[in-house]
Amino acid sequence: MKAYELVEHQFDVIVVGAGGAGLRATMSLAEAGLATACITKVFPTRSHTVAAQGGISAALGNMGEDDWRFHFYDTIKGSDWLGDQDAIEFMCKEAPAAVIELEHFGLPFSRTEDGRIYQRPFGGMTTNYGKGIAQRTCAAADRTGHAMLHTLYQQCLRHEANFFIEFFAIDLIMESGECRGVLALDMATGTMHRFLAQATILATGGYGRTYFSCTSAHTCTGDGGGMALRAGLPLQDMEFVQFHPTGIYGAGCLITEGVRGEGGILRNSAGERFMERYAPNAKDLASRDVVSRAMTIEIREGRGVGPERDHLFLHLEHLGADVILKRLPGIAETAMIFAGVDVTRAPIPVLPTAHYNMGGIPCNIHGEVLTVRNGDPESVVPGLMAIGEAACVSVHGANRLGSNSLLDLVVFGRAAAARCSAILKPGVTRGMPAAQATDPVLARFDRVRHAGGSRPTAAIREEMQRGMQLDAAVFRSGSSLADGCRRLAQTFESFSELRISDRSLVFNTDLIEALELDNLLRQAVATIHSAGNRTESRGAHAREDFPKRDDANWLKHSLAWVTDDGAVRFDYRPVHLNTLTGDVDAIPPRARTY
Amino acid sequence: MVQFVLPAKSRYKDQPGRHFPAPPAAKRVRRFRIYRFDPDSGRPPCVDTFDVDLDRCGPMVLDALIKIKNEIDSTLTFRRSCREGICGSCAMNIDGLNTLACTCPIEPKGAECRIFPLPHLPVIKDLVPDLTLFYEQYASVKPWLQTREPAPAGRERTQSPRDQELVDRPSACILCACCSTSCPSYWWNSDRYLGPAALLAAYRWIVDTRDETGGERLDQLQDSFRLYRCHTIMNCVEACPKDLNPARAIADIKRRLASRDD
Repeated sequence: MKAYELVEHQFDVIVVGAGGAGLRATMSLAEAGLATACITKVFPTRSHTVAAQGGISAALGNMGEDDWRFHFYDTIKGSDWLGDQDAIEFMCKEAPAAVIELEHFGLPFSRTEDGRIYQRPFGGMTTNYGKGIAQRTCAAADRTGHAMLHTLYQQCLRHEANFFIEFFAIDLIMESGECRGVLALDMATGTMHRFLAQATILATGGYGRTYFSCTSAHTCTGDGGGMALRAGLPLQDMEFVQFHPTGIYGAGCLITEGVRGEGGILRNSAGERFMERYAPNAKDLASRDVVSRAMTIEIREGRGVGPERDHLFLHLEHLGADVILKRLPGIAETAMIFAGVDVTRAPIPVLPTAHYNMGGIPCNIHGEVLTVRNGDPESVVPGLMAIGEAACVSVHGANRLGSNSLLDLVVFGRAAAARCSAILKPGVTRGMPAAQATDPVLARFDRVRHAGGSRPTAAIREEMQRGMQLDAAVFRSGSSLADGCRRLAQTFESFSELRISDRSLVFNTDLIEALELDNLLRQAVATIHSAGNRTESRGAHAREDFPKRDDANWLKHSLAWVTDDGAVRFDYRPVHLNTLTGDVDAIPPRARTY
Repeated sequence: MVQFVLPAKSRYKDQPGRHFPAPPAAKRVRRFRIYRFDPDSGRPPCVDTFDVDLDRCGPMVLDALIKIKNEIDSTLTFRRSCREGICGSCAMNIDGLNTLACTCPIEPKGAECRIFPLPHLPVIKDLVPDLTLFYEQYASVKPWLQTREPAPAGRERTQSPRDQELVDRPSACILCACCSTSCPSYWWNSDRYLGPAALLAAYRWIVDTRDETGGERLDQLQDSFRLYRCHTIMNCVEACPKDLNPARAIADIKRRLASRDD
């Protein structure tokens, strides 16, 4: 291996990723006077938060009665009791202030007649502990994520935050179980940079691109999760992958749950509003896992639409052109472009589509990453934090409620920054890490960069994506998961036969895609093995051979370690069934119906 | 007439590119002519030709680019992310028009499809332009809420739905740079003219009833280059993949300046 020259940087805090969580953290860190670098592989406003549509939940009560305790209850029930109730309390209680703060930053929210933030109904969001339908999801038309991401980037500009744009983080620099920073590649020049800091915050998003059909952007490759696994850290609850009920058939593009929030209805080939049978109360606004399973059953039982009877229809014609134009203009545009449908006249063909990873890097409510050490399942990894979809706090448990994701980003982005401000002193530096901390990282990078095997990235990637689509989908069974694990092991193995064709150093996306694939593969392995390991059905994890939730054995978070040769090891963390304060009562597990 | 000297090695027309034919079994073939430039190679830019089997390709130009990268030539370099027209990464010049590759359908008929980087920007590699100046211009208009009054404690600033509507469209810009790089005036004077995207961003705050620095914002724009190099050519409106209207925003800024009392 030729020696790589490292460009050295020293900061107080490094944020990896510039989506909603990363930018929310970055702006506060910059504002607090900590020397902060935000490293991102895409220009900040290209991050996938930009594609979030429906809104951000907070019990503001602008449209009628609401209370953060109702939100707390809904989130726990939505999580199928796998969410940590102290973290959920923290998030739901912080929500109103977090949203008001976004408005004060200038986020262009839609408005009610009296000028307040407009809120719409969303799946699983109720009042009075399930009795009524809540209007809790704060919206900027149907491009709330876009409005939020741009607003947060603008705030970062205002606070003159340091960005390293189109820098690809390769790996964490770990020394004696502590994180010292990251190595990152400047894509435009091909130079390698070493960023050292007192704290490194991973805000790298989900790994949706492990699936063939997903709503996620091409760049959702879970780079933080891959780095954590390579650093010998576990990932938590990886078996829980959310399938969004309404991805556009074929293209996979997201159609927001806000469509159903505004009154849209799913129908099968008989024209039946089938959700009435599966969720008599919430109907089309049941939790996403419930709706996706119902749709899958409808299609399986022959009531799908289209020549192959393999999808369903989402109707919104009855809402009228005015509502559509005002509240759902982006949906009208997306449906026209990707399905050729005029939504004022015809339904949108939709299908459950991989959408969100409830699992991720385990951490506490301050964003500090946790691992198991000396029997302590909540041992903090010094110097390392995680926020956003990359993290697993866990506020979403086994199934995330729609519009709780944008909330998660800002609440925990802010919390992580606050933690850094509280525990770090600006300007404190330490010696350089030993060569052992960076040499293996550079060696791996060098191997990938010069890979001269027979299989291009795209071939390995497609094999992984098709396997995950087949064996780790809405419904899972022990036998198909076992097959899936076996096939994926071969795919994983074949990464050693990788071929890179682009030998240039300037903007080498052939190389970047290969490094991303490495991250994806490890998390695909963690996901499918975790799914095989969990012999119960809970939230988004539906086992046909174990159709019931099993609180006696499985009311616990799974932790998965993946070694460099693809072997998986498990351990567990208890679910926090306690609240954070006495402001609300814990909700003990009970049957979950909508 | 003004005479120009092009930079050395910048003419692609003199350079024969490579040709990758479609598999013989392909029935519906579409020809893509794509600008290639690799600064590491030391060679001038050229245009490569890829014949793609449309029966095994998604409907959008981005699908074709990804198919080419996946199956034919993995060195082909372009930005892409959301693939649904909201992140603005895959802006490029397709058949002479700036647009997003992800929402641009492949024309099934007609001559070849020609794909170039956004015009009049330095090229980093293939279809990846250097947008540094574009982003600096955006930042230069201070695109964040500025107020003098403190925000009300514990609640939002109110804004009527009608006032919100003024902000609604201008704030939907995705910073793809299709508009600015389609503007001849921006081509000539991008060093001093802000261009339609940055001006639309300024306008978004000028019309936001919550912002209290409209006067200062207008002061900043009152400049024969920053604002007034807009000659209502209207290419920006034609190019915007989100159907926004930067030209109208610029006209409104000019109108506001013209009707100021001071």
